[in-house]
Parts: sequence; C-alpha cells; structure tokens
Amino acid sequence: MSLPLLEANRLEKSFAGVRALRGVSMSLKPAEVLAVIGENGAGKSTLMKILAGVQSADSGELKVDGAARAFRSVGEALSHGVALIHQELNLAETLDVGANIFLGREPRRFGLIDERKIRSEARRYLDQVGLSIDPTTPLNALPIGQQQLVEIAKALSVNARVLIMDEPTSSLSGHEAQSLLKLIDTLRSRGVGIVYISHRLAEVEAIADRVEVLRDGENAGALQKGEICHAKMVSLMVGRELSQFYPHQTLAPGAAILDVQELRTATHPKHRNSLTVHAGEIVGIAGLVGAGRTELLEAIFGVNPPVGGTVLVQGFPLNTRSPQAVIKAGVALVPEDRKHSGLVLEMSVRENISLATLARDQRLGFLNREREQSLCQEMTSAMNIKTPSADQPVQFLSGGNQQKVVIGKWLAAAPRVLLLDEPTRGIDIGAKQEIYRLMDELASRGVGILFVSSELEEIIGMADRALVMHEGRIRGELKRAELSEESIMNLATGGDASHGSSIVQTASPFSL
Amino acid sequence: MKKILGILALLIVVCILTACLSSSFLSAYNIENVLRRSALFGILSIGVAFVIITGGIDLSLGSVVCLVGCALPWLLTVQHWPLSLAIPTVAALSIGIGLAHGLLVTKLRIQPFIVTLCGLLLYRGIARGFTRDQTVGFGNEFKPLRTLATGKIPFLPGFDIPAPLIFLVVVAIVAAIFLNRTIYGRYLLALGRNPQAATYSGIRTERMTILAYVISSGLAGLGGALFVLDVNSAQPVDFGNFYELYAIAAAVLGGCSLRGGEGAIVGVLIGAALMQVLRNTITLVTEKNNVEFAIIGAVILVGVIADELTRRIAYRRRTAQALRQTITSEA
Ligand SMILES: Nc1ncnc2c1ncn2[C@@H]1O[C@H](COP(=O)(O)OP(=O)(O)OP(=O)(O)O)[C@@H](O)[C@H]1O
Ligand SMILES: [Mg+2]
Repeated sequence: MSLPLLEANRLEKSFAGVRALRGVSMSLKPAEVLAVIGENGAGKSTLMKILAGVQSADSGELKVDGAARAFRSVGEALSHGVALIHQELNLAETLDVGANIFLGREPRRFGLIDERKIRSEARRYLDQVGLSIDPTTPLNALPIGQQQLVEIAKALSVNARVLIMDEPTSSLSGHEAQSLLKLIDTLRSRGVGIVYISHRLAEVEAIADRVEVLRDGENAGALQKGEICHAKMVSLMVGRELSQFYPHQTLAPGAAILDVQELRTATHPKHRNSLTVHAGEIVGIAGLVGAGRTELLEAIFGVNPPVGGTVLVQGFPLNTRSPQAVIKAGVALVPEDRKHSGLVLEMSVRENISLATLARDQRLGFLNREREQSLCQEMTSAMNIKTPSADQPVQFLSGGNQQKVVIGKWLAAAPRVLLLDEPTRGIDIGAKQEIYRLMDELASRGVGILFVSSELEEIIGMADRALVMHEGRIRGELKRAELSEESIMNLATGGDASHGSSIVQTASPFSL
Repeated sequence: MKKILGILALLIVVCILTACLSSSFLSAYNIENVLRRSALFGILSIGVAFVIITGGIDLSLGSVVCLVGCALPWLLTVQHWPLSLAIPTVAALSIGIGLAHGLLVTKLRIQPFIVTLCGLLLYRGIARGFTRDQTVGFGNEFKPLRTLATGKIPFLPGFDIPAPLIFLVVVAIVAAIFLNRTIYGRYLLALGRNPQAATYSGIRTERMTILAYVISSGLAGLGGALFVLDVNSAQPVDFGNFYELYAIAAAVLGGCSLRGGEGAIVGVLIGAALMQVLRNTITLVTEKNNVEFAIIGAVILVGVIADELTRRIAYRRRTAQALRQTITSEA
C-alpha cells in the first residue's frame, strides 16, 4: 500500500455566522481519483480551499507524503505539488489565454517574458484539454465553457502531483466533459492523485476510484470502487431515496406565448432563428458550448440587442433594446454566469432577491421593505436556500445556493415567459429535483419555459420539445418522443437532420 | 455602521485634543466658523459621494465651485442681470455640466477620471476667461442674498447657527432618504458593485449613473454659490482650488469605497466635519498652515488604516462567536 499523497484529519473551519467544516477527514493515494460529493453548502469547496492553501483550517492536521504541513498560501501548496481548479473562475479577463496559463510563472529569457515559449507551451496544454484556440486570444472573448478549459490547462501547466477539480464540468458541454474525463484518466495513469468534485453523478460513476460523501460539514460515508452507484451516492448525500427524478408531465400546450421570428444575434448575424413557445410548454435548447444558445436568450431578453428580427409575447412585439420593457412584458432570464450577470455578490440575499422587482413593488419610488422581506422569506423557503440570515452577503453562500438566489430573484417577478440558461449548473441533486418540480409547476400554471442546457439527460427528461443549435443557428427540432442522446448529438455536431432515423425534417419556421 | 463609529471616534479625539491645545477652539466664534465651513464642504462631499458610489470619481467639482462662484457675482454686478435670471442660469450651468459628464461616461464610455480631469481644467479656464482673471465680488450690494450664506439663526445666548448648516441639513436628509429608502438609491448601490448584474435585473444603469453626475455637479454649483456669498468675492485663479480633494477625502473617510457600491450620508458628513476641524486645528495650534496638507494626508491615511483593521477584528470576532454558538447549540 503506497503512502497517501495527501491526508487531512479532523479539519475544522468556521466563517462569520457559519460552521462549514466540523472535523472532516480524507486521504488521497497516488494514481487515484477520489470523488467528493455532497449537497450545496456541504463544505466541499471549503475543504478543497484548505487543501490548496487558499484558506487555512481553524484546527486539524494536513499531511503531504506523510509529513504534517500547514499551507499558508497557494504558492506553498503549489510547491508541494497541490493545485486547485476553483469552482468559480479565477482568471484575468483582460489578459490573453497564454498569459493566463502562465500568470505568475512566466518563462523568462534574458530577464524578459519569453512570449514565444508561452505561446508554444500554452498550445501544448490547450491541446491536452481539447481546446483549439490561439493562445493570444483575449480571455474575455471566450465563452465561459472555454474559459473553464483554460483554467484546467493552467492547472496542468504546473505539473501537479495532486490536482483538485472543483466542479470542472459544470460549465462544459457533454462532449467537452467527456474529453475532460479522458484527460483525467491519462493523468491518473501518470500517477497524479485527483480530487474530483461534481454534482453530475454519472461522471462520478464513470471516473471515480473512491467516493467520499460530505453532509453538513461532516463525513457522511465513503464508497469503494465496487460500491459506487447512483442510488447509494444519492442516499448518502441527501439521506433518503429520490423517486421519479424528472417530474415533468407534458400538457396540451396553450396558445403561443413567445414567438421569435427571424432573430439575428450580434454574434451570429448571418443566421435567422425562429421559434415558438406555448403557454404551459417546456422547450429545451441543446447544443455544444459556443453554439449561440446564450446569445439567443440574451437577444430575446434585450441585454444583447438583436441585429434583426422580431419577438412577440402574447402577440405583442417586444422592444428588444430594453430589458426593462422585456421584463415588463413578463419575460425573465436566469443568466448562465451568476457571478457576473446574476448576482451583486456583496449585497445580501434579500437585496439580490428583490433587485428585479423593486420597480414593480415601489411606492412612489420608495422601497417597499415589508414586501421585500416577505418576498425574500418566500423565496428562501420555496428554493430551500441555505443561509444564516437574509442579510448574509451572497458571496458567502456556497455556489449552489447562490444559483438558487438567482432563480429566486426571477421567480419573484412571476414571469409569463421564463428563459433559463443552464439553470441547474452547480446545483446538488436534491435541489435539482426541486428546480425541475418548480419548472413543471410553473408550466402547469401556464408559464412558457425556454431553457438552455448542456446536460442531455436534463433536456431529455424535462423538455416537451427540444431545439438543437449548431454554430449560431437552430439545426432542428425534436419532439419529446424523438429525444435521445444520439438524436441530439447528431444535430448538435452539425449532422444532417435527415440522417437520424427518428428526426423530423424541420419545417419552415426553423430556417435552415 | 461600524465604519461610521470609527471615524466619529477620530473626530471626537481630534476635537478634544485641539480643545486642550488651544483655548480659542471652543469659543462660540470659532465653533460657528467651523460649522459654517463644514456645512459648505459637506454639501460638496455629499455630491461627490453619489458619483463614488457608482464606482466613478468627480475631480471637477472644485472648478465647478470656481465657475459658479465667479459667474454669479459677474452676472449680477458686471452684466447687471436680474437675480431671477442669474440664479437659474448658474443652476442650469452646473446641472448641464453634470449631464455632460454623465453622458460622456455612459454613452461614450470615457473613464470618469479623464472626463472630470478635463472638466477640472476646462471650467477654471472658462472662469478665468470671462472674468479676465479679475476678482469678482458683490461689494456692498446684495446684502439680503448674502445672508443665505452669512446669516445666523439665534440658537443659544452667544451662539448662533450659521445659515449654510440649514442647507446642509436639508440636502443631507434628502440625500439619505434617496440613498436608503428609494429604489433609485438601491439601484445606485447595486450598479456600483456590479453594473452587469444590475443591467440583467432590468435597471437602467446608464440613466442612474448620469443622475449621480448631475447630483454631484448640481451640489457643487450650490456649494459654489454659497461659498462666494459667504466670502463676498472670488478670485478665479484659486477660488475652490483643491476643494474636490477635500470632498473626495471626506467621502472616503466617511465610508465610501472608491471601488463603488458602498457609502452612507452620515459618514460623509462626519468625514467633511473632520476635514474642517483638522484645518482649524492646524491654524489654531501651529498658527501657520504650511504643514496643512501633510497633516491632513497623514490623518486620512490613519483613518483608512484604522477602518480596515477594525473591520478585520470585527470579522474575526463574528467568526469566533459563530463557532461558540454552534458548539453550545449542539451540546
Ligand atoms: N467566505 C465565507 N464566509 C462565510 N461563509 C462561507 C464562506 N465560504 C463558505 N461559507 C459557507 O460555508 C458552507 C460550505 O460552503 P462550501 O462552498 O464549502 O459548500 P460546497 O459544498 O462547495 O457547496 P456547492 O455544491 O454549492 O458548491 C456554506 O454554508 C457557505 O455558506
Ligand atoms: Mg462548492
């Protein structure tokens, strides 16, 4: 038995108002993939930050190669070969990809930064993560999924012996996630120890050698290779079985509530996309990262005004240059990137939940504080948001609970059309099911829902109908009965609609 | 609230020290004087606080003070305009300046520092131009108008309240209500932190930002008018010189973060008072003010450091408390 690479014993960590870790222990051997799973707020990210020197534990011990250590900085952890890929992206957005990969460790020549070496080395690591972009591309020109891959390339470049990945696949498409899993396999065979956090249990099943489950800041149990299965993981995580995961019942759709006609987004101005969502209908949009799904939703919502086309809500044209007008017409958008577009991190849970409805609830311009308070209470309990108080700044909530705050903010607006961009990103399995229930309930009340997801399973489970996008345009439409991983992937990768046996040739509104 | 307590303590300490070092500090005359100066600077500081809350900066307000401070007596005594025309003109001028700043910052996306730095040079230049660098003043005229700034309201025997304080109180109350009780104040705080999230929540961030610049320049205009009414004449070369720095320092001492999204009116008022008390202390105690800037600079630095330290200690205390609470609740 080889000595553990990394060992943590009885770690304790408290934050203002919260006790995040209550004596957690874990160990990691070389050439092992350890999956750490648990509900939102269980303490996974906190544990990882301590292992990687981002935060220090209040008490407990940390051993590397059997010797006790206490990392006081990320640099110290790195020098012992421990690298962390954060749950939230930590990149310098204005620098280019190569500079990001080597930030703080720039190769030098005669004392100056060796740009040539950066470029060639960066390209090597980008290849490993399957990203074929030029290292001189500015980071903020990349969609969030690709930024995530750059973050992974950056972690590879330090040649870590222990690589910790905190929800690396949450913003990747199924295809990209697959190649990441392959990469992990390669790293494992090279002897690297990997800690892998994910709410996607299928991935965990596929890749993990061992599973460590956390619940409320404590070890809730572990599963060895042979025991790892979906049901066991779920019951250890939430302490109960989950029945019927996708609750959605297709209803007879009502009248068309959202009608998008020949919309052209600024990113893909050549393509005209049309779609219709009926009252009570859940329509999924599938596609690879970068297929233009987010752009489509943002164009409808008016934050990235379209360059052409019209959008009708209940038959009335929307002013797609003004998010205010769009919101007033009863449309809400839960954006993909919660840190930048969804939340004001320093503001409290209450202030974030009410932000989009202040104008509606105002009294002659004055805040309606009682309403704000009651709305916040309603949403925290409806969404089961774990927070010590309504006044807690959202930056101190766990990733999944932050996501629930964004959804709560828009539910508070009681929309007629709900646009969701990767709504369950980073959300634990119990909460996911809550969100699916919520979507189903809203649909049954006549709300039209259009949701983008990179999880095929979610599209198949929840959508009455799915549109598949490829390089900026809707390639085709699949009815609920026709939904399968193959049929979606075929369209998503640009395959011809007529090749899939069960795929209908799309009719005229979906311009091909 | 914590932030305000720290700076309030600093103000009290400085007052007590000065009172010990100089007997004239607590004289009714001196107190009235310090109050008058604090009130005038308080109005400017509240204005710039709004811009700072949006994450911007307004370097031009000293020059706006100069422009309005010169234009008002110039229009009245040199051009012989009627009061009913001169007052709206200077008001429109200062609001127009704010509007221009706001539009440049939001629509053309020029950085606030640059826009208002150019304003700083421009408006003083204009004032020096139309006055031909000559001092302009009211002389012996416009006595009733000047009481707006020089007037006193009897309060205690031997102690009167200076009139500008009334202006300040009104401005401060309106500003505090606006910032804390209206949706627009909340919008400003939100967009100062994260303009993108504010846009995605349906907030018209550009309009709100423009409004902040209008408030800043508008209050600078009001301040400029009161300043010149108070001292009777204005020299375009140095009238209002460095006032933007006093105002920004007051706002920052009072808890506004230059990163945006943070600030409280009460804090800004205390910050403005602290700046004026310090200047007063220096004059009274050293009888010369060539070290004024050095001392003020040092005090601001101490204030900001103390603030950061108290925040860290408070955070640590809250953490320890949370730990104790969970342990006892589980036991
Ligand atoms: N800096 C902080 N200040 C205050 N509380 C914090 C801080 N960081 C984390 N917490 C709290 O600690 C708890 C554990 O958070 P953590 O981020 O480790 O959860 P997680 O298991 O990673 O959840 P998720 O799956 O949602 O990412 C949460 O209740 C969170 O609110
Ligand atoms: Mg986490």
